[in-house]
Amino acid sequence: MRRFLAVSMILTAFAMAALVSGTLALAVEPDEMLDDPALEARARELSKVLRCVVCQNQSIDDSAADIARDMRLLVRERLVAGDTDSQTIDHMVARYGDYVLLRPPFQTNTLALWVGPPLMAVVVATLALLFFRVYQREQGARTGPEPLTPTDRAQLDALVEKLAADPGRPRRKSSLRAEIDHPFGAREGDSGESDNRTT
Amino acid sequence: MRRILLILPVVIFAVLIGVLAVLTLQTKDGRDPSLIPSALLGKPAPEFSLPAVAEDIPGGFATADLRGRVTMVNVFASWCVPCLAEHPLISRLAADGLPIYAIDHRDTAVDVAKWLKKNGNPYTAVGFDPDGRVSVEWGVTGVPETFIINADGVVIYKHSGLMTAKVLKDKILPKIREARE
Repeated sequence: MRRFLAVSMILTAFAMAALVSGTLALAVEPDEMLDDPALEARARELSKVLRCVVCQNQSIDDSAADIARDMRLLVRERLVAGDTDSQTIDHMVARYGDYVLLRPPFQTNTLALWVGPPLMAVVVATLALLFFRVYQREQGARTGPEPLTPTDRAQLDALVEKLAADPGRPRRKSSLRAEIDHPFGAREGDSGESDNRTT
Repeated sequence: MRRILLILPVVIFAVLIGVLAVLTLQTKDGRDPSLIPSALLGKPAPEFSLPAVAEDIPGGFATADLRGRVTMVNVFASWCVPCLAEHPLISRLAADGLPIYAIDHRDTAVDVAKWLKKNGNPYTAVGFDPDGRVSVEWGVTGVPETFIINADGVVIYKHSGLMTAKVLKDKILPKIREARE
């Protein structure tokens, strides 16, 4: 019990440390921040959509790399100089290309990127549907009973008449017909079994 | 119809494998998918001005210095190992008459002065960029990086990373020759 308590306390401490560091540990260092809180807020928002060009899957807001710091400072420099958000983004794109945008723009060379996945989903769904149809048709053809030919019908009718007229073990015509139409399990009520029991 | 349906997934898979195989094999010829294509290619060199490292090191240059003839801009640092590795090639190019301008990236004046004294200074001018501010203007993502600038001051080539003798012969020298014509 005591050991369990100790372990859970340690785990709690770790969880709290993770929580605190998750909220407080920012890549942005105090000396980078702008005095104007509104401008600083805009800089933070812009930093979140710009890619750190050496870390490649982190925004410059998240990255502690030197170059991310340089880029954050450039963003702030542009904002202080009076650039709008889109002018600042354009400034970065002019230097590092579209690559610097974490969300790639929709244009001809990114068409495959944007249209590809939905297109693939449609193709796969269509193929799956077609396969399913074909499979169903084949299954039906394999296990379903062949329809009776008129000759079969006539032979069976003759058999039904013969069995019904059998003096030793007479059976009802309706139950015999039901057995013919539902060979693998006659419906409740008209099965041959219940007939057998009554006779 | 049914046969096509059965073969289709196999065909799609084969095409996918083929495309990936080609892309993978290209890495042997130097294609590096982690490299970012330069946004500067075909555009004028960015506006900048860099101070000299020290009085006894020729340096301090700006955008205007990169006009009038084909030049090379080499981003390096004294702490950068591949920069040291490519230094003999840079030196030979400079000895052959190519003006090479250096951007000293995130360095200290003392360190780079020592480095240049020890390894030789082939550069036409060395610009000091201790905070990497000008490197950002050039879209530099790491050191070394090498740019070729034509006589109109337009960036015509960028090589990221170590310049090997093969890169020099296959990629850089043809560009320089082409630009000089």
